[in-house]
Amino acid sequence: MTDVGLFIPCYVDQCYPEVGLAAVRLLERLNCPVDFPEAQTCCGQPMGNSGSAEAARPLAERYLSIFERYRYVVCPSGSCTAMVRHHYRDLLPSSPLLEAVTQKTYELCEFIVDVLGVARIPGAFPRTVALHQSCHALRELRLASSSERVVPHVDKVRGLLASLDGIRFAPLALKDECCGFGGIFSVEEEAVSCAMGKDRLSDFVHGAADVVTGVDMSCLMHLQGLAARAKTPVRFLHVAEILAGAAA
Amino acid sequence: MTPHAKRAAAYVANTARMHWHDKALWHVREKRDRAAATVPEWEALRTQAAALKAHTLSRLGEYLEAFEANARKLGAEVHWAVDAEEHNRVVLGILKERGLSRLVKSKSMLTEECHLNGFLEKHGVDVIDSDLGERIVQLARETPSHIVLPAIHKKKEEIGELFFQHLKTDKGASDPKYLTEAARGHLRERFLAADAGLTGVNFAIAETGGIVVCTNEGNADLGASLPRVHIASLGVEKLIPKAEDLPVFLRLLARSATGQPVTSYTSHFHGPRPGGELHLVIVDNGRSALLASATHRRALSCIRCGACMNTCPVFRRSGGHSYGATVPGPIGSVLSPSADAKRYAGLPFASSLCGSCTDVCPVKIDLHHQLLVWRQELGEAGLTPLSKRLAARLGSFVLQRPWLYRLVGWLGRAALRRLPRALLYLPLNAWGRQRELPPAPARSFRARFKKALR
Repeated sequence: MTDVGLFIPCYVDQCYPEVGLAAVRLLERLNCPVDFPEAQTCCGQPMGNSGSAEAARPLAERYLSIFERYRYVVCPSGSCTAMVRHHYRDLLPSSPLLEAVTQKTYELCEFIVDVLGVARIPGAFPRTVALHQSCHALRELRLASSSERVVPHVDKVRGLLASLDGIRFAPLALKDECCGFGGIFSVEEEAVSCAMGKDRLSDFVHGAADVVTGVDMSCLMHLQGLAARAKTPVRFLHVAEILAGAAA
Repeated sequence: MTPHAKRAAAYVANTARMHWHDKALWHVREKRDRAAATVPEWEALRTQAAALKAHTLSRLGEYLEAFEANARKLGAEVHWAVDAEEHNRVVLGILKERGLSRLVKSKSMLTEECHLNGFLEKHGVDVIDSDLGERIVQLARETPSHIVLPAIHKKKEEIGELFFQHLKTDKGASDPKYLTEAARGHLRERFLAADAGLTGVNFAIAETGGIVVCTNEGNADLGASLPRVHIASLGVEKLIPKAEDLPVFLRLLARSATGQPVTSYTSHFHGPRPGGELHLVIVDNGRSALLASATHRRALSCIRCGACMNTCPVFRRSGGHSYGATVPGPIGSVLSPSADAKRYAGLPFASSLCGSCTDVCPVKIDLHHQLLVWRQELGEAGLTPLSKRLAARLGSFVLQRPWLYRLVGWLGRAALRRLPRALLYLPLNAWGRQRELPPAPARSFRARFKKALR
């Protein structure tokens, strides 16, 4: 057992196992083996966002007790990490356990840059990549500086990707517009959600992207669903897949 | 479907119009970005503005009393209205007592909130909105679709048609300059004929008893200066402690609203003009209830710049009228449920929770977080659909039992792989209307991770 626990969001576990495996490989290459406690299921965000605090609460409590024993918890999703770090305190009373676990939960790229202190990943990825800034990674975890704020420019995920040889970034008209996924929003407001997604996709296609990437597979699942239906020839890869694959 | 989702779907169905509306508002957002970038201390200003508002709200009673006393010293008459109805009665009373029947208004979202126009018209008062955008929606018998850009939903050709009907402009004319000149001529006559003017208030200064009104068209100044009687309606949240606090807000307001460094007119009124009357109508209308809510109190800091609407990817694509509330967009979805939780229970869900509103807000209201908290409050009050609450409970039951989660996951993936497409993509499946379902691999991450370890 190591002192780093891996938290794999439920939909990644079920639909995108290769993303979780890529995160494991990537961390192992950075000399950071991880432990996967099997009692884990879901952070509770779908219930919390749909307005059912009482359904989300036991899942938040489970998360705390499952990951209490690790020094760090790493998760390949900005949104689930933001749920734990910022929204558990809406569900649970303040406690030392809550503070400790929420503060040691990191999104994967954030963990690599801020905790492991790694700025460069060796490898090559000679493709044109559209980096989709997922909203919770951007505006709740501050993995990059959002376009609304007047602050020094930061972009941790792009920094890691940019260290790969041959990678090019697709220029985007809107640098951090929401893709329209939004969890329950994607079905409750299906029309607006899909309109937002199509606009986002068309920005990526205009930027001549071969690959669309990001830290949240949920945004990519929505965009990929739209692209597949429209037969738009673009690939979708989680950042972990690019970083782990490039280093191979 | 929530009422917003229905109206939004109808708006989105006209793809060309949706994109036109989206671009018009994004253009304003881009202007705002350029204006904000010229102020290196922008983030510090936002922090200061938020702190000033938080402080004022924490002692709102004291500041309101000080404002009332100081405004009276300056010769203004101060009226209090607990709700919209009382506000409307007070305004009508001021007009009736003096035998006045022609009121010219400048922009006031508060009077929209109180539905003042309809009330006064019923009582024989001729009401003219003098803000160009408001005049357009008034002529069209609509409501504003945006708090700063009331007629942003109207194309210039539609305004040309409206003016042709009401102001006798040339048929088919759509040149904005020509139409604006026509409106200007028409409004000038009404200004000269008016016997009372009503304005909103952007800031009320407790220390001085003065009020500040920000406009771009100068219409508030005409409306307040030509007629002898000036009525100014303000919500209790418009208070700021001191005159020296004003620049913090003025530097943020116009830049956030339209990307201008400052509005064309920033008019200060300290008591009535010589020989005139100034009536200040201070309105609560649910604001003190909001003040009592620890979670939603911060929403009272809003300075009505509209930046959250311009940036909101949902607002830009669904149009302001889709919200069915006086104040639409993110701030409206936070404010409206506090006025009528049942009626507006769908609005906190009309958001992808992207958080752009929170980052653009000049007074740092945590808008997207408030929307999330509202969802949970509405859920606890039983105001979200039962089906949604049951689904969440069922999901939670499964997710609390790893064995059951594994089983349900396995069954779900097997179903996705084996069921015929026609069955998977029934109209009931909202996800699948325009999107393919996610992949359903034979084995989950946890199964593969365990095997890799062995």
